Amino acid sequence: MSRPMVDLRGIHKSFGTLEVLKGVTLEVEQGQVVVVLGPSGSGKSTLLRTINHLEKVDRGYVSIDGDLLGYRRVGDKLHELKEREILKQRTHIGFVFQNFNLFPHLTVLENVAEAPLSAQRKQKKEVHQEAVRLLARVGLSDKENAYPRQLSGGQQQRVAIARALALSPKLLLFDEPTSALDPELVGEVLDVIKDLASTGTTMIVVTHEIGFAREVADRVVFMDDGVIVEQGSPTTVLDHPQHPRTRAFLSKVL
Amino acid sequence: MSVSARPLVAAPEDEADPASLKVVPSRHPWRWVGVAVVLVLLAQFIHGLVTNTGWDWPTFRQYFTADSILRAVGVTIELTVYGTVLGFALGVVIALMRLSKSPFLQVVSWTYIWAFRSIPLIVQLLFWFNIAYLYQRFDFGIPFGPSFVSFDTKDLIGPMSAAVLGLALHQAAYAAEIVRSGIIAVDHGQLEAAAALGIPRLRQFRRIVLPQAMRSILPNAANEVISLFKGTSVVSVMAIGELFYQVQVVYGRNARVVALLMVATVWYIAMTTLLSVVQYYVERHYAKGALRNLPPTPLQRVRAQYAALRARAGATG
Ligand SMILES: Nc1ncnc2c1ncn2[C@@H]1O[C@H](COP(=O)(O)OP(=O)(O)OP(=O)(O)O)[C@@H](O)[C@H]1O
Ligand SMILES: [Mg+2]
Repeated sequence: MSRPMVDLRGIHKSFGTLEVLKGVTLEVEQGQVVVVLGPSGSGKSTLLRTINHLEKVDRGYVSIDGDLLGYRRVGDKLHELKEREILKQRTHIGFVFQNFNLFPHLTVLENVAEAPLSAQRKQKKEVHQEAVRLLARVGLSDKENAYPRQLSGGQQQRVAIARALALSPKLLLFDEPTSALDPELVGEVLDVIKDLASTGTTMIVVTHEIGFAREVADRVVFMDDGVIVEQGSPTTVLDHPQHPRTRAFLSKVL
Repeated sequence: MSVSARPLVAAPEDEADPASLKVVPSRHPWRWVGVAVVLVLLAQFIHGLVTNTGWDWPTFRQYFTADSILRAVGVTIELTVYGTVLGFALGVVIALMRLSKSPFLQVVSWTYIWAFRSIPLIVQLLFWFNIAYLYQRFDFGIPFGPSFVSFDTKDLIGPMSAAVLGLALHQAAYAAEIVRSGIIAVDHGQLEAAAALGIPRLRQFRRIVLPQAMRSILPNAANEVISLFKGTSVVSVMAIGELFYQVQVVYGRNARVVALLMVATVWYIAMTTLLSVVQYYVERHYAKGALRNLPPTPLQRVRAQYAALRARAGATG
């Protein structure tokens, strides 16, 4: 059968003596949307960051579309890849940060075009046309020449999404994409993500927006204290949670 | 009162609407007293400059654009340019070494900065000037083995190269710290975003980090260039014909000390002014995106005021 798009096996990660991920195993099929829920400090961001190798794992492995991330397997040994090769692997994974991290000195268009230009797969003109198309897709056609600081938070996050899409990634990771936004701006960003979900983009979304999870997720994963406590369809996990920790968490956020 | 919060150029006559009433700005009599005092002092100073024959303006005029002085200004500029370019080029390398993950490079960088900040520039310059006594010949070849080419140190390092070498090495230590401070001031999230996008390391530095670091590097770098520019006068100890040395030579002959010091002073002021203007525009270039909207340049401001004045004159006249 077809292999999963994302395959995480027994991921362990510690910061000093603090073990943040205690053996996380997760598979995501092509085109699936997985929403990760969990209390603060449970390791959700760390998990996302290990998926594109912004954090190195201590044990376990991450593979995206069959490619082992950050390592090359030779026999029964894993050889660490050079930074250049890791950077290349990352071009297949889009990451959207909680606080946008747009490049403030570049215009909106330049922000979106930066990664494809550096990957040098296409001509500059082609890259710009593609960037214009992506900005239209997130509803920002009129802001091409603005600088990020001239935009609202919601607009900035939509630019960040367009930027993450610019390399046509196989997988999109969102780390609380709406938590830094004013309530009235959350909707416009979620709408863009919903639109992406409906077009079959594989996504892992960390969020506290339960309504969004219910509407968009194919699967909801509940994490606590560095492990996946339970997972399943939105109705199973959100309406009939099995584990007391899930119930305790949901009773607080719902 | 809330009236004071309104713009000073109020929308004109719209009878009943209080928003259209004329705004009388509050008066600041003490500001005017201050202005008057400063103006009187300034007038006194200028009067003194003009009437006191001790300043010897005819001699000033005679030498200000004399060939020997112009040539000396050229040498001063040359020293500054070489010192700045080589100093900052080396400085960037040393800063990157200091920021690298290799402990060895970090130590080398730290030691360089420590050494060159500890040695007074003048001592260092004299040392380079006298290096031919220490090492008569330079040999290029296999370490501890035979040499392929060999130079006489005196030919290789003349006074001018010794001066450039000394200034650049000294400057590099300071430049390294300025560049490093600029780089570490860039938000870590920027590097993370660039890494997440898979942008190659060198391009991350050139396109993402450096332009943002420039914001905090520039004011300090400009300070350094200006102080290097004036600091070149130190190399007069090596009998290099830069501005300060040349002026000393001339007043050594004709004893018009004050007038010739003024020649040097005015040149230094003029060049520093030019550098400050350049600094303003370069900083503005790198402020793009950092501010929501760039403030107008002085030139744009003057033009806008002129246009407003004409509009008002047109309206009343
Ligand atoms: N670089 C780091 N060094 C040390 N500890 C870290 C580091 N990054 C994260 N941690 C710790 O790891 C734990 C998990 O952090 P993580 O950011 O993954 O939580 P989270 O589930 O995303 O929480 P939140 O919902 O608040 O974002 C926390 O206790 C945090 O303090
Ligand atoms: Mg988090």
